Amino acid sequence: MDMIKETAFETALIAIISKGLPLVKQPYAAIAEQLDCSETEVIEGIERIMMRGDLKRFGVVVRHRQLGYRANGMVVWDIPDDRVKQVGHCIGQYAFVTLCYQRPRRLPDWHYNLFSMIHGQDRDAVTEQVKFIVAQCGLHDVDHRILFSQRCFKQRGASYRRPLPDSIGPGRGIAANG
Amino acid sequence: MRQFSPLEQRLLNEFQQGMPLTSNPYADIAKQLGVYETTVLETLQRLQTEGVISRVGAVFRPNRVGASTLAAMAVPEDEIETIAAIINEFEEVNHNYEREHEFNLWFVVVATDEDRLQLVLSDIEAACGYPVLDLPLLDEFFIDLGFDLKWT
Repeated sequence: MDMIKETAFETALIAIISKGLPLVKQPYAAIAEQLDCSETEVIEGIERIMMRGDLKRFGVVVRHRQLGYRANGMVVWDIPDDRVKQVGHCIGQYAFVTLCYQRPRRLPDWHYNLFSMIHGQDRDAVTEQVKFIVAQCGLHDVDHRILFSQRCFKQRGASYRRPLPDSIGPGRGIAANG
Repeated sequence: MRQFSPLEQRLLNEFQQGMPLTSNPYADIAKQLGVYETTVLETLQRLQTEGVISRVGAVFRPNRVGASTLAAMAVPEDEIETIAAIINEFEEVNHNYEREHEFNLWFVVVATDEDRLQLVLSDIEAACGYPVLDLPLLDEFFIDLGFDLKWT
């Protein structure tokens, strides 16, 4: 895995930037003080971590619910195996789709193999976006369901080695990003 | 939902990625927005205090380390709170949602490795008395450019 090249310094740095930059004028200098190194080493360390492709983005992390996006639909699709990649890329290209993952079927209990997450201001908005996807990606014949979220029983804040609160969560293991 | 000022809207929408790697990143952002550095810092602080943003920081790809899965369970409606509480007792469970489906509990399990993950899933099944659907990620199809907020 990617871990091989990660130094203890980078691990510490990842933990800090996952939790968030301090809101001070020189945040990297503040981190440097914490790690007992120079500001340049912090900035170069972050650049190295970015180069490895482990970082999806680095900036303001918004909370959808607080911004009025109250409907959260996990849309599950039953896509023929030989079309999953093509359809996955089609669905994943839209800005309102926050996650698009292939997961295994578990027959006979579960036959959906593609999962996409859509945040909308209400249920109708999500339903409309799903219709749009169906039309754009040619999925009229594809069985799909929208699983709207109801109660949230547990939502742990994002921290190092934990998936993000707004995600439906990752899969696992080495094969995941392959 | 409260109204957001034009400055807040731009901070929320345009800076979800590309945090400057410079000595004074907030000053760089301020320059782009045509405001003072202190205004950017104060605004971000306020948005964070209000819970509109969780942080200014890094979002990592899933599966950087360890093993994790999305798990689902079909639970009778009148038992859902009890079962959810049992699942939440597991330290490896990091969020747990009710969703509208026969499989009505959806939770993410994270462990140090695959063996440990499978062990936790069996323990959860045993503790709850219902089978767990184990749905690990196989492939990922999206470019995460942040979330495009629509201001109406």
